Amino acid sequence: MMCLGIPVKVVEISGNSAIGEIGGVKRKIDISFVDVKVGDYVILHAGFAIQKLDEEEAEETLKLLREMSDGLY
Amino acid sequence: MDYINPFRDSEMCSALSKEIKKFGREVRFMEVCGTHTMAIHRYGLKSLLPENIRLLSGPGCPVCVTSSMDIDRMIACTHAGIVATFGDMLRVPGTFSSLEKEKAKGADVRVVYSPMDAVEIARKTAKNVIFLGVGFETTAPSVAQAIKSSPENFMVYPMHKLVPPALKKLLEGKNRIDGFLLPGHVCTVTGTKGYEFLKGKIPCVVSGFEPADILASILMLVKQIEEGKADIEIEYGRSVKREGNQKAMETMYEVYEPSGALWRGLGYIESSGLSIRKEFGSKDASALIKEEFESEEREGCRCGEVLQGLVEPVDCPLFSRVCTPLEPIGPCMVSSEGTCAAYYKYGGYA
Repeated sequence: MMCLGIPVKVVEISGNSAIGEIGGVKRKIDISFVDVKVGDYVILHAGFAIQKLDEEEAEETLKLLREMSDGLY
Repeated sequence: MDYINPFRDSEMCSALSKEIKKFGREVRFMEVCGTHTMAIHRYGLKSLLPENIRLLSGPGCPVCVTSSMDIDRMIACTHAGIVATFGDMLRVPGTFSSLEKEKAKGADVRVVYSPMDAVEIARKTAKNVIFLGVGFETTAPSVAQAIKSSPENFMVYPMHKLVPPALKKLLEGKNRIDGFLLPGHVCTVTGTKGYEFLKGKIPCVVSGFEPADILASILMLVKQIEEGKADIEIEYGRSVKREGNQKAMETMYEVYEPSGALWRGLGYIESSGLSIRKEFGSKDASALIKEEFESEEREGCRCGEVLQGLVEPVDCPLFSRVCTPLEPIGPCMVSSEGTCAAYYKYGGYA
């Protein structure tokens, strides 16, 4: 679990604390290290959001992966 | 957006696998991070790679690289108050005992998910609460934040380690490594600047943790080799920025400073650990442990070599015979990120 991080959706924010949801399970998360708003996704590690996930970059990676797997890379 | 399932697409994985199989050279890539090791075994990714591409597990399991001396001292923390720890540490055998055995004898050892849960425990008691600060740069900022926002009776036994100095040491060693899959969540925090020294020396790709991420990263390493490059590329761009997470890094260095550390397998490495700064000296639980220990590695255990990718778990005479997840001899069999645990769980032994 030490370097395990999972994508979690931020559903509520109160100061440095937020509620994150994954697969219907909700958990308190500390958001001291990130600037997020409700609806953003973060990587959750040991109770802390360590980064806001970048949707554009995720789409870009998927595009690249599709290209690579088509042999066009 | 769905950040998981598109990166698990089986058709994409088999197409990536086909592309990788076009590469004919014998190469050895090291997945530095234990969470990558687990993912590789969980998704059976080795079966999607050709025989000429070998994956070696690296030192990226914080529990596994903790020295016997630190484990013995950490177990001694149970004499100084309530010990709060990540679950991975509970069954790690020291020279004389384990936290689990001490707990069975009556020590107050509590498993927490977050260092903030340990701070909560401290707020509700007058006793000292000692959190075992294990983990790489992914975890150290969170523990630093806990230290900053904790009551007086909360302390940390610091055993954090930094990844880049270990990679430097590995490259100086006798093992041939042709490329690194760099740890995605460590780099999420640190960025890639600390890895610049690898540029021009060895191809590196910072990888995500889903199966398509890992296969794509392997393909990117292969392409670098074909093109004669040795760059630091980022596959896991949705989480990793070149500059990392500045706020997390600032918090980490506000509370901690680099110091020498002893690694299982790799030995002592300059500036590869984190000590608590003088300003936060009252939070340093290592000052409470006055006992001296004659710490020893368990006889026959080859964790130290497994951590350097020098041998595979199956090369260890203890693996699966006397060393199992239920009766672990070495830490690599205990941790959920340990190489031996991954081989055991997904290799048909369990």
